[in-house]
Amino acid sequence: MKQWLPHWVGVPRLDLPLLLALLLVMGAGLLVLYSASGQESALVTRQAIRLGIGLAVLLLISQVPPYLLRLWTPWIYGLGLVLVAATWVVGEGKGADRWLDFGLLRFQPSELMKLAVPMMVAWYLHGRVLPPNWRDLSICLLLLVVPALLIARQPDLGTALLVGISGAFTLFLAGLRWRVIGGAVALGLAALPLLWMVMKDYQRGRVLTFLNPESDPLGAGWNIIQSKVAVGSGGFSGKGWLQGTQARLEFIPERHTDFILAVLAEEFGLLGVLLLFVTYLFIVGRSLYIAGLARDTWSRLVAGSLAMTLFVYVVVNAAMVSGALPVVGVPLPLISYGGTSAVTLLAGMGIIMSAYGNRTFIRR
Amino acid sequence: MARLPLNRPLKDQQEELLLFRRRARIGYLIIVLFVLALAGRYLWLQLWQHEQFVTRSESNRVQVRSIAPNRGVIYDRRGRVIAANEPAWRLELIPENTGDLQATLAALGELLTLSDDDLARFERARRRARSFERVPLRFDLSEREISRFAVNKHRFEGVDAVPYLSRHYPYADALTHVLGYVGRLDARDLRRVDKNAYRGTTHIGKSGVERAHEQLLHGQAGVERVETNARGRTVRVLERQDPVHGTDLILSIDLAVQQAAWDALGDRAGSVVAIDPRDGAVLALVSKPSFDPNLFVHGISQTAYQAILEQPQRPLVNRSIAGGYEPGSTLKPFVGLAGLELGVVQRDQRIFSGGQYFLPNYDRPYRDWKAGGHGSVDLARALEESVNTYFYQLALDLGIDRMHDYLEQFGFGLPTGIDLPGESSGLLPSRDWKRGRFNQPWYPGETVIAGIGQGFNVVTPLQLANAQAALINGGRRWQPNVLFATKGPADETAQRQQSALSAEIPVADPRNWEVVLDGMHRVVNGRRGTAQEIAQGAGYQIAGKTGTAQVFTQDQSQDYAQEELAESLRNHALFIAYAPYEQPRISVAVVVDHGGAGSTVAAPIARATLDAWLAQEQLAQPPAEALSP
Repeated sequence: MKQWLPHWVGVPRLDLPLLLALLLVMGAGLLVLYSASGQESALVTRQAIRLGIGLAVLLLISQVPPYLLRLWTPWIYGLGLVLVAATWVVGEGKGADRWLDFGLLRFQPSELMKLAVPMMVAWYLHGRVLPPNWRDLSICLLLLVVPALLIARQPDLGTALLVGISGAFTLFLAGLRWRVIGGAVALGLAALPLLWMVMKDYQRGRVLTFLNPESDPLGAGWNIIQSKVAVGSGGFSGKGWLQGTQARLEFIPERHTDFILAVLAEEFGLLGVLLLFVTYLFIVGRSLYIAGLARDTWSRLVAGSLAMTLFVYVVVNAAMVSGALPVVGVPLPLISYGGTSAVTLLAGMGIIMSAYGNRTFIRR
Repeated sequence: MARLPLNRPLKDQQEELLLFRRRARIGYLIIVLFVLALAGRYLWLQLWQHEQFVTRSESNRVQVRSIAPNRGVIYDRRGRVIAANEPAWRLELIPENTGDLQATLAALGELLTLSDDDLARFERARRRARSFERVPLRFDLSEREISRFAVNKHRFEGVDAVPYLSRHYPYADALTHVLGYVGRLDARDLRRVDKNAYRGTTHIGKSGVERAHEQLLHGQAGVERVETNARGRTVRVLERQDPVHGTDLILSIDLAVQQAAWDALGDRAGSVVAIDPRDGAVLALVSKPSFDPNLFVHGISQTAYQAILEQPQRPLVNRSIAGGYEPGSTLKPFVGLAGLELGVVQRDQRIFSGGQYFLPNYDRPYRDWKAGGHGSVDLARALEESVNTYFYQLALDLGIDRMHDYLEQFGFGLPTGIDLPGESSGLLPSRDWKRGRFNQPWYPGETVIAGIGQGFNVVTPLQLANAQAALINGGRRWQPNVLFATKGPADETAQRQQSALSAEIPVADPRNWEVVLDGMHRVVNGRRGTAQEIAQGAGYQIAGKTGTAQVFTQDQSQDYAQEELAESLRNHALFIAYAPYEQPRISVAVVVDHGGAGSTVAAPIARATLDAWLAQEQLAQPPAEALSP
């Protein structure tokens, strides 16, 4: 390829298989979105532009060497914390104060924390001896709990949990001892009743509806029931693109955002769903592989934890759409309509690509 | 040289890499297990339970539909309906089911009138809606049209005549500037309301009370689970949560007073505002010219709207709350009070008026309206005869900033806070303001004319009426309000709205206030008063103040006979009045655009308004029976 490019154009350091898989998912997403939005091409164009912006961000970040990203980490983390705290004072949004409005750009600072928290935990662990000792562990926990609590207060419990989980993955990949992990899981289970107590009414309502959807078939239970009907009626090969009656007749609410997987399942069937899962698995697997090639601890940990967090989205969303989990506002990565989460995700992929550009070629 | 601490173990890069790879493998394994579980879940739903879900999906003709609530009805303070909901029919069309849409529209056009506007609006709505959704084609069908359509119904697949409640304003243009109107809900409206609550609602308050109290009036949408046939037509209603009717509003407006002021204003452009000084309730709010709000309910045609827009007198402007007028001499009572209360002038202190007033070292004359002047006058007499020279001197002694600060307490230069959208705050000039606005210093000559309410001063008729109310209240300034009481669907009786106090102006000496009020009494009842004519046959004592607002700056050294000027250059006539003098129950401000002198044109309109309220009041004391419409 180099021969017919001018010599001063460097070939971007990108992992082609990973990029192709991402493009595949995005393409499929736009296709489904066209159907889910009632063939509204303006909406699809808007989403395509956002994905384009996301790709540009990916490209940009991928060309920054990992050590620079690592040096910036405390600043990014600090900025994120300040912005999340600022949403208390000046935030605006539907009921929840999650948004900061910068005129042209509406920005959700908690999105930034999804990247900043694993980056910060990895930054702290970078120079330490792994597996972390108790002192390092408690400092790392502080680094991830503070932003998580701030976000939970917005209130945005879903994002708070995801931010916490991404930090926890970093610790897991850093080799946290199994008995500590076991203890944490046990403690978490014991704390569930406590969680129930701090939940807002609408959050409790979602859990109750999940446990018994038929209790409120007109209101909240409606989503779950109709979404299951859509998925189930799709069958093995689906009803075909643009042929899904459930979506078209507006039975599924939020069908172009959180419930878009229901539309995909209805129109492309089990085949489509499994293909999507496999592609996601490939993305995560490839990312973990790249992480394993990274030269330094920081990029290794960040790349690994971002990849695993991506899958949490997929699992939670797919489980919600099929009625296996209560309705939580978690989008399907790169497919659900919405700009911020897609851009954040692609930025994270950019960090992974950056690690790839700086990989080791020595087999160890 | 850095020394390695001996008590710290060394970082083993190789070991840590291997540790990471082990962990990554385990993590990936867990992920794969999760995916397998999920795949199992989808397998179960899509293969094992497939048949069952296909049946459910095919019989899934159950839809959730919103039912729009009925809008609250609006009454005047005596329970007369001023905004009603009337049953009407509209024509709706489901594009997908009509077959050939253009042919259908053409055939419908032969049956009933479809204007180009109707068709254009339908086309816009159709493009926004999905092909199986209902799109309204015509609102407010006449009875003839309904029966004609009913006979031919079989020819029109996918077209329906649907009953609905249409907003109707029985008093048409007389109340437009109070009530405002509702119009078709559009994309811009949806941004300021909760979309879910307005699903199914077609109209929303666009201006006036309809907009200001939209939340109360709208009510709560209901939900209905309906079974539809394959074409989307409702077969049966499975479950229904009734909508909650919007809250009925009782306005403080008295229709009789409103009508009297409206009639008295005749064909002239202008405004009348009447306020009950005891609680700030607005009794009448007239702005002329006006327009028929009923035209806007179903979407006014472009040509009709253009015609309203192009009228030179601008009927869309609500002069009462957004019209900016120079207050002229109606500001004098307040300037006079400022002089007394701040100790700049004494109650019995006289100032000589010789017909012309000069600033020291300037040769530009500031004139009295009466050639030769009024002689030596005190404040009460200066108000009675509207002696400019007295106030030129007083303003100069006060200085513009002290005048600004004192008058601001009466609400000049500030929005009154009335519960109507689009209020203007007028303008009360000061040194700071001029520097900020024009980056210019203040000139003494500007203080002089500010003393008689000219120059930069701008007030709205509402501000004038409310400031006068504060003056006769001994400084208690209410926030004027149009909403008098509400009656929600759950209320047995109407709930009175509480009036809010905007300010309590400190009183240095009550006798100062009495002198000013006495001066205003003499305007109507004094031997030399400028508005004597309206005292005749009143049966109660009136006090007030005349005023003239210049439309263009006249050269003070020249005289213009108002009759010789083109009408659009003639002065605005102003009059503020209250009655009865001893126990005021109404405060009125009248402005007649290009009416000439306040005394001849504006004062009689004020009198008619006062009569209407005081005569009514003797009949029935509000609000007792008014509250149960």
